[in-house]
Amino acid sequence: MKCQYCEKPATFHITELTEPTGPQVMHLCEEHARGFLQKEASSPAASIAGALAKQLNLGQTKQELAELDQKECPVCGISFFEFRNTGRLGCPYDYTHFSSDLIPLLTSIHDAVEHTGKRPCRAAAADSQAQMIQLRREMEEAVEKEDYERASEIRDQLQIIEQSGGSDETQQEDQA
Amino acid sequence: MIRDPDFSELAQRSGEWLRGTGPESDIVISSRIRLARNLADFPFIRRCSDEDRISIERSVRAKMDSLEDWKDIRYIDIEQLSEIDRQFLVERQLISREIADADGSRAVAVDPREQYSVMINEEDHLRIQVMCSGLDLKAAWERVDELDDKLEGSILYAFHPQFGYLTACPTNVGTGLRVSVMLHLPGLVITRQIEKVFRSMQRINVTVRGLYGEGSQYTGDFYQVSNQITLGHREEDLVSLVGEDVVPRIIEYERKARDFLIKQGKQDLHDDVSRALGILSTAKKISSEETMHYLSKVRMGVNLGLIDDLPVGTINKLFIHTQPAHLQKLQGRLLGSSDRNVERATYLQRHLSGSCGDADLN
Repeated sequence: MKCQYCEKPATFHITELTEPTGPQVMHLCEEHARGFLQKEASSPAASIAGALAKQLNLGQTKQELAELDQKECPVCGISFFEFRNTGRLGCPYDYTHFSSDLIPLLTSIHDAVEHTGKRPCRAAAADSQAQMIQLRREMEEAVEKEDYERASEIRDQLQIIEQSGGSDETQQEDQA
Repeated sequence: MIRDPDFSELAQRSGEWLRGTGPESDIVISSRIRLARNLADFPFIRRCSDEDRISIERSVRAKMDSLEDWKDIRYIDIEQLSEIDRQFLVERQLISREIADADGSRAVAVDPREQYSVMINEEDHLRIQVMCSGLDLKAAWERVDELDDKLEGSILYAFHPQFGYLTACPTNVGTGLRVSVMLHLPGLVITRQIEKVFRSMQRINVTVRGLYGEGSQYTGDFYQVSNQITLGHREEDLVSLVGEDVVPRIIEYERKARDFLIKQGKQDLHDDVSRALGILSTAKKISSEETMHYLSKVRMGVNLGLIDDLPVGTINKLFIHTQPAHLQKLQGRLLGSSDRNVERATYLQRHLSGSCGDADLN
């Protein structure tokens, strides 16, 4: 038997048991099997695609979808279209910027939208996180232009925000 | 010549998680918990510039260097490694295939017993992982939680009050926690009950994957059970879902299957296991798949008392040490596929020659 993806003999026969359509048998050569297993182990992009497809079938018109696809994060610049294609977000602020678009997806994947586990003792508010990412980019640009004075000003600013990271709502909740 | 000769020393040893001594270690190879974390002041990896990646790597490294009780860690710059050294770390389960194949600045910190590994610049900025031998998820959780607390002392994590720890992929958001238990289930495979057992697991938010399969679709004997969801449950609840609700049930089914096999035809089983050991200890050329196939039988034979004088830790070690990069590291030179098959047979012979599989049948 040949590998499903190339001409080499299929020496690995993998039965995927978690497919919603029932067990799926794959016949692969050693190289493709290794790639498949290791990719599967670390990348849940397939489940994202599935969940997104489910979400997007529910009541959104073509026009709404097209508009959503063009929506971009002001911090990292990623579009919803790009996220849909790769299954990966661009920066922490995406969870704030795309919040209402992500909630149906999170419900579909986790059957929940609220974190109930561990909380860090220090955490910056979403806005400060976004500000830090933007400042860091400005700092890199300043270094590139050899404007070291400006770069050092930004570095100080960043340090102040980072140090005040403990003063956000998470800690306030803890202290309350 | 292979670069970084230090790994040849590492290749002689094996990680703590392979020693085969933890709870239920006749069936459970290892328990692993990983936490996905990101720094608050950088974009996620895909949107990082090269400079960002370098800054993340340097800053995390500096922070890890300053941790107490973490002085003897080995910090490995993956970008500088040769392909074979990356493959070696993948085979050892210290790094993922994804980080091995990625570009740019990336690293892993590993403790000498290989219980802890922290990948930097994987899909998330940090992947903190703890591995234990056997079914020991509570210990794994306590350790990974403690290390996470220590890192959090000096690293500001990306966190959202509603969504929890923020990750590049929404399938990891919330706790960022993935519990994985690696199981050896030859009994369920031979009795053809494996699919039935796993189908019954599907409804309860766990993922089951066959890890290796050889010969026919029924001979893949290694399976990994993981939690599917990460948001909306406490970490302890996700750990106990896998460790207390799911895995013990699978273990019970596997034991029943093994009992059944013994009752049904101990002599046949003993014959099968002994032939497997015979091939492994006398073959002159053997492929990696064939090795895995027979080692799986021998492992079950040892656990059923059909083979004497062969510790299960040795077999666990052979599963890893007979893989391509390990063989080449042990030899200290690059080998083609055909040479590897010869070298693999020699290696197996050396480690199995004392075991003849003649445990008393009575």
